Amino acid sequence: MKGLLEEMTEKALARNIPLSVQVDLTYRCNERCVHCYLDHDDHGEMTTSEIKHLLDEMADAGVFILTLSGGEIFLRKDFFELLEYARRELQFCVKLKTNAILIREREAARIRDLGVESIQISIYSHRPEVHDAITLIPGSLKRSLDAIRFLKAQGLRVVIANVLMVQNMADYRGVRALADELGVECTLDPTITPMMDGDRGVLSLGIGQEERRQVYRDTALVGDVEEFCAVSTSANEDALENLPCSAGHTSCYVSPYGDVFPCVQFPLPTGNVRTRRFIDIWRNSDEMNDVRSIRLKDLTTCTSCTHVASCSRCPGLAFMEGNMRGPSSQDCENSFARTGVPSANMLAKAKLGQKAFGQATSRAAANLVQIRALPNMAGASA
Amino acid sequence: MARNPRVAARSLDGEMMIMSGRDSTLFTLNKTATILWQSADGTTPLDEIVEHRIVPEFEVGKAEALQDAEALARDLASHEILQISEEPIPQQSVSSGDAAGDAR
Repeated sequence: MKGLLEEMTEKALARNIPLSVQVDLTYRCNERCVHCYLDHDDHGEMTTSEIKHLLDEMADAGVFILTLSGGEIFLRKDFFELLEYARRELQFCVKLKTNAILIREREAARIRDLGVESIQISIYSHRPEVHDAITLIPGSLKRSLDAIRFLKAQGLRVVIANVLMVQNMADYRGVRALADELGVECTLDPTITPMMDGDRGVLSLGIGQEERRQVYRDTALVGDVEEFCAVSTSANEDALENLPCSAGHTSCYVSPYGDVFPCVQFPLPTGNVRTRRFIDIWRNSDEMNDVRSIRLKDLTTCTSCTHVASCSRCPGLAFMEGNMRGPSSQDCENSFARTGVPSANMLAKAKLGQKAFGQATSRAAANLVQIRALPNMAGASA
Repeated sequence: MARNPRVAARSLDGEMMIMSGRDSTLFTLNKTATILWQSADGTTPLDEIVEHRIVPEFEVGKAEALQDAEALARDLASHEILQISEEPIPQQSVSSGDAAGDAR
């Protein structure tokens, strides 16, 4: 039986409504996480009034779920003004993503008063020496955990986001135990995103095949391992008509400089809200419509892959490898680790004598990454 | 009767989506509930809303419509979507979720 949100998403899809949008309020941050893909300098963030105007346009367009993220959102002095506007005036369902180190009792109470739906907080380890070595800020784990307690005391929904990498691979069980102790949810994500400037060096922090295999066979995470790791049956014609993901279909992302992208992990610029209305970009941008036209049957290499029906292929990561209709090596690695069966992409690369995994991806392709402000953007220079 | 400021709301092509501030449960409102939601400004009494908005829309008798509306309002209040009081309820700048028009 379909959930109501799924029904509303289908309705939004049929009517071309962007149901869910992430807005990064700033790329500035008070942590320096070793795996972070952002340039933390301010190259001309939208002003308070520009963001309020954007929120007005998004409400007009039918956006319901608004995720405010960064950078660190609490570094914006106008954060609570924007949050209050989003909640009280426009009644968005607001989710926050933060490291939470600036959240104390007072901020937690205000977040509660403003009716925020959930707060996602990055926790890398239950051990300070590991977490703080990733954020490069001594004492950051303690501050983030204190904040979680303040938020929980207000009855708020908190989700711990645990990005898995080489440094903290051994600690995910500890993080889950900590989440249980705190009474909060916990998500685990082995995806490392290339840097905004296209540098893929950061991908070397990603966990390897053996570690992925271990994660996918942890019953505490996946339940029935045999079922989870089974090779899916091949996709039928109907399945090949499926959409790869919600990016550009019912969701999109807006950077602090007003650039609109299909997703935070899909750095294809489609327009800038400083020079063009949000709904116009959403409906009429050539790039957005190009993303929207992709079906599983159109994918190069992947259409014939054993894993096509079950793969978590991210079109944004594929774009960063050079082709939004091509494979995403990190997802190939995931499918291989899960099932033991190499993807069509891995077989093709092996045939070409290339290394089959993500570290073989080229720097030339990486140069396609184009998160930046578009031309004619007032006041956007650094 | 007033809208609960802790819920999230948006009109999706005429259909009102409401997310509970209590437990993130998602609701969609039928036409009558949407009228109640939109009219719940904290000052207009329910019988006025019924007389001016519901009776003309559905061509029903006022007594019957009021009885149904009271039951519906109580149901919405039980989900913390609406607040009900005998006294006017001050509103904290809460729009009806479709002030800027439906998304189409």
